[in-house]
Amino acid sequence: MGNERWTRRQFVGRAGKTAGGVVLGLSLADFLAACGTGTGTSSSGTGKLEIFSWWTGPGEKDGLAEMFRIYKNKYPNVTITNSAVAGGAGSTAKAVLATRMQGGRPPDSFQVHAGQELIASWVKANKMESITSIWNSEGWDSKIPKDLKDIVSSNGEVWSVPVNVHRGNALWYNKKLLDSKGVSPPETPEQLTSALSSLKAKGIASPLALASKGGNWQVQMLLENNILAAGGADFYKNVMSGKASFTDAKVVQALTWMKQWLPYANTDNSSIDWDEADNRLIAGTAVFHIMGDWAKGDFTSKNWVPNTDFGVVPSPGTKGKYMIVCDTFGLPKGAPDRDNAVGWLKVCGSQEGQAAFNPKKGSIPARTDVSPSGFDVIAQSFIAEFKTDTLVPSSAHGSATPPNFASAVNDEMGQFIQNKDVTKTASNLQKASDEFLKTA
Amino acid sequence: MATATAQPVILERLPRSRSLRLPPWEKLTPLLLIAPSVILIAVFVYGFIGATMRTSLVRWNSALPDYTFVGLHNYQRLFQLDRFQADLANTLHFTAIFLAGCIILGLGAAVLLDQRLRGTLFFQNVYMYPLALSFVVTGTVWRWILNPNSGVNVILGNLHLDFLKSGWLTDTHTALNSLGIAAVWQMSGFCMAMFLAGLRGIPEELREAARVDGANEWQLFWRITFPLLRPITLSAVIILGHISLKIFDLVYVMTFGGPGYATDMPSLYMWIATFQQFLYSRGAAIAIVLLLMVAILIVPYLVWNLRGETEQ
Repeated sequence: MGNERWTRRQFVGRAGKTAGGVVLGLSLADFLAACGTGTGTSSSGTGKLEIFSWWTGPGEKDGLAEMFRIYKNKYPNVTITNSAVAGGAGSTAKAVLATRMQGGRPPDSFQVHAGQELIASWVKANKMESITSIWNSEGWDSKIPKDLKDIVSSNGEVWSVPVNVHRGNALWYNKKLLDSKGVSPPETPEQLTSALSSLKAKGIASPLALASKGGNWQVQMLLENNILAAGGADFYKNVMSGKASFTDAKVVQALTWMKQWLPYANTDNSSIDWDEADNRLIAGTAVFHIMGDWAKGDFTSKNWVPNTDFGVVPSPGTKGKYMIVCDTFGLPKGAPDRDNAVGWLKVCGSQEGQAAFNPKKGSIPARTDVSPSGFDVIAQSFIAEFKTDTLVPSSAHGSATPPNFASAVNDEMGQFIQNKDVTKTASNLQKASDEFLKTA
Repeated sequence: MATATAQPVILERLPRSRSLRLPPWEKLTPLLLIAPSVILIAVFVYGFIGATMRTSLVRWNSALPDYTFVGLHNYQRLFQLDRFQADLANTLHFTAIFLAGCIILGLGAAVLLDQRLRGTLFFQNVYMYPLALSFVVTGTVWRWILNPNSGVNVILGNLHLDFLKSGWLTDTHTALNSLGIAAVWQMSGFCMAMFLAGLRGIPEELREAARVDGANEWQLFWRITFPLLRPITLSAVIILGHISLKIFDLVYVMTFGGPGYATDMPSLYMWIATFQQFLYSRGAAIAIVLLLMVAILIVPYLVWNLRGETEQ
């Protein structure tokens, strides 16, 4: 509890200058908040920094520690508090964050998916500070692709710093098994359908590994990848912003492909999560898994060698497009240690920070000037594609659409894998769009 | 019995005689003593129910509080939702299997244990133990047991009972019943304890008299024992019923409401609507509907209980 003693000393110093006697009666939490409002005048590089995230898993936790190390080198006198909240894709963390934000006790900076997850909630609620000036002073315009800047911006202001980029549209396969069955990796949805059917004929009962545990977001990724495949990047962006309809023939096509694939997927999908679906590939009971590139980290941690044991292609029909799943950090209004938080954001967006974080996390840097040499072969090819591909924001991971829409689509996907009713699902998706996208 | 009849007399006489002698400030003492709890309950229970009620009547559907009054719109919308309709049906279905399972198993176990054979104390404790676990633990364990690829299906396969294999939690038709198995496993021991206490409270003379009148054991149970257990049964129904209506942790751990809406419950949806969809008003509306559902169950019981006390 050394840091607590430190702030108490700091507090006593400040209490002399201000009306400290009044503050004495307050609780520790109030006292910390009171300190925060005072730090505006104090020099940066001392005090505290509280970073809120849901990075508690292997890899991501190590990546965060790397960034903390870099921060400590720059600001050795700042005590970092790691307020990471564990739990499925941040669902618990987001609930905790909501409570803190509404209670007026934000952390100094928090992890949030790029785009609407932040813009439609905390930016709209006027709880965030724009970081446009930091963005410009750090010269990130020339380092971070414009497509990505657009995702984290609204009304001409930038709201958060992208730390990493995951790819949402990837089809992973058991290479040895696929080769042995004489099937080549599918490039189009139709090719996947025929590959699945021939694999089933060759004795693999459910060649497509599917997970839907924890709210069906995995199925939503199938949907968004297929909409991108059927309609292209512009249609995808339009439909995800309420400008095009979900009852459009292109969405119907996307759902129809899913319907065609579902008979080849494991029926126990509601009891397994994505990492257990990965295990099906390793065990050879399934061949394909459409999942974000965090699957790669999972495979390699289970001693599977990229391009030998497993391979990857863009999810069917999405070659040349990059489905962005991106973590960012923002600056809440009233951050107790604002100056330290600004320093943190600079580390997040720095070449050094991204080079240290991303190999551990299994993602690629959001900056295009980080040397790919420290990355694995798959990440290296993704880094190259990231520079040339069309970038589109993921809806399943919060960037393209507000959280309430994404959650409504989750529900609908849970229904769809049971009833497989394309028309009804398309019309229900449009209802969700009417309710949550038009107002945004 | 003698003390029970003697007590009211004392209670009746004391206040009247003492109230005359009390100095005025001492009349305040009882008020002061209960004031802290009254205030705390007023604020943290009824105040918050009021706040929830208010939230359910406004248009707070994003991270930013919006107190524009919209009347019953949130409720209207809620009852139109496929998901909430499924939730209500699921709650009723789950409550029915949960109550039936707990009461039948609990009563059965209590009757067996009441025979006072050797080892009853041991089994009494064994049946009670699941009650000491949290639903989260129960849910995790049963999720493993009911996993279609690694759990009870493997045992059934090895026993060549393949026709009994099931998707359990992963099949929309069996998921809710599978959830019920775990819940019954946990709470039937509690039911047993209640019934056992009830059985031990039935005077042996009554059964003796019935036997003298020529009743067989079956008639003895249905005509004498069971009717005398009615207050216990009612208490069990109330206690289990309100647990069942509010069930959250077990569902969260075992199925998260899936597959589809097969095991979704109002309490789970309340949490998702509030903290994942940021539809605070919808979450509050679900909370109020839940409160009303539990009130329908609890209030008549409380009235009945209170009337019983005053009659005594």
